[in-house]
Parts: sequence; structure tokens; C-alpha cells
Amino acid sequence: MEPAAEFVHWMFATGFVLLGVCLLAQAVVGDEVWRRRPWRAYLWPGLIFLMGLLMWPVMVFYTNSTVHMLAHGSWAQVMMLAGGAELGLVRGKLHNRYWRLAWPLAFLVSGSAILIHEQNGWLFARAAFLHHLIGWTMVVCAIFPLAAVFRPRSTVFRTGFALTFVVLGVLLYCDRDVAPIFGHLSSQAGTPHR
Amino acid sequence: MSTQLVSEHAAVRRRTARALTIAALGPAMMLAGVVWAFVQPYRITLLHPHGQGFWWLVIEPPLLVIAAGVVFAFLVAPGVIEDLEEENER
Repeated sequence: MEPAAEFVHWMFATGFVLLGVCLLAQAVVGDEVWRRRPWRAYLWPGLIFLMGLLMWPVMVFYTNSTVHMLAHGSWAQVMMLAGGAELGLVRGKLHNRYWRLAWPLAFLVSGSAILIHEQNGWLFARAAFLHHLIGWTMVVCAIFPLAAVFRPRSTVFRTGFALTFVVLGVLLYCDRDVAPIFGHLSSQAGTPHR
Repeated sequence: MSTQLVSEHAAVRRRTARALTIAALGPAMMLAGVVWAFVQPYRITLLHPHGQGFWWLVIEPPLLVIAAGVVFAFLVAPGVIEDLEEENER
């Protein structure tokens, strides 16, 4: 009954797309309008915190290698840290805007973890390609939340931050078991299923 | 036309554009899901459900994108647009 890894990736992809579109909406209308209804202020910080919590069972049940387990654990921690910091700021328990540095940290840790735990080259199989692409996307796009800490009203940085999650969701949706990438599939990757 | 009227018109246009953007986000996601379903129909397991397991029938990416669009369009966007219009009237 345990879902295959790709199903988990697709469920998290949906979470990231929803998160991205909420952040995009907030960037468009501004913080004042977005936070006018209290439940909406907590919506996306709560969502990322929840996704961090749900990453723990993923870590526990998908133990095909130690490095995978460590990667899932690190994602769980940084997602909860970033979501928790944002919840604290929205609630007014935290005041220092530098708590938002948890976001670039989360991007860098997540990107590094996904790059480090992929042992194969870019064109080994689709999953390997996506690991490299997601990892570098997260590392490079860490510039958006980092810049947004110092320029919090910048529409460009906030939109970039939001769209990073949409792109991440799209890339996770592309993950499909053992499948070729651009016509390449290593003979050691296994039999393509779909 | 006075410069005050010109700037007021520009502000109204900007506000309307923001409301339109928010209103378009959900339908755009739904449309993306529908287009994806046509481009890769084999990812909609419901079209060939025989012999498929639980997860293959429940987790279907194009349908998840459509569902995310529905959630945003019906649960989030209306309130945001309402609050945006309220802000504009002030």
C-alpha cells in the first residue's frame, strides 16, 4: 500500500504549486491586502510547515539508502524552519526580518542535499537529470529570497521567489520511475516501466 | 485633462490589472492541467483504469494541477479580489 516514490513526488509537487501561486498572489496584491483575513496570512507559511512535517514519514519509510534518508531529513528540517519562522513573523511572535534568511538557507540546504544524494550523472536517467536540475535551480534561485530579505517590497524578487516553487512543482511532476531523458537511458538504470 | 485625473486613471487601471491577474491564476492552472491531459493522455490513469492500483488511480498529475487551480480559484481568489476592491474604495 506504500506509494511509489514518484507518487510522493507528485503529491509534494501539488503542494509546491499551491504554495507558489499563493506567494505570487501575495506579491501581486501586497502584504496588507493578503493579510487582511487572518486565515490567509497563515495559509502558505502553514502549508510549507505542514509539508515539512509530512517529509518526516517520507524520511522514515523511504530508506532505500542512508544518503536518501539524510536528504529527506534535511528537507524536513529546513521546510519546518522556514515555515515556522514565517508563522512566527506573521503571528507577531518574531519581529526581526532577518528570520526570513531561513528561506535562502532552506533553498541552499535543499539544493545541496538533492545534488549530493544523486550519485549518477545528468543523463543516467530522467530521475538523475531532474535531481541535478532541481538542485541547481534551488541553489541559483536562493538569490530571490535572499534579495527579498533586504528589498522586501521588490515585486521582481518576490515574483521570482514564488515562481521558483511553481518550477519546482513542474520538475517534480516530471519525475517518472525509470524513464529515459532526451533519448538517453543508462543500461545500468534498469528496465523502463513507463 | 488635469494631471490629477490622469494619475487617478492610471491607478485604477493598475488596480484592475491586479484583480484580473488574481482572477486569472486559478483558471490558468486549470487550463494548464487540461492542456497537459491532452498532450500526455497516458498520465490520466482513469482513462484506462483496469488493473491499476490505488495510487495510480488517485494521484494523476494533470488532475492534481486542475484540482490546485480549483482550490485557488474558489477558496482563495474571491476573498483576495474582494479585499483588493475594498482597499481600492478607501
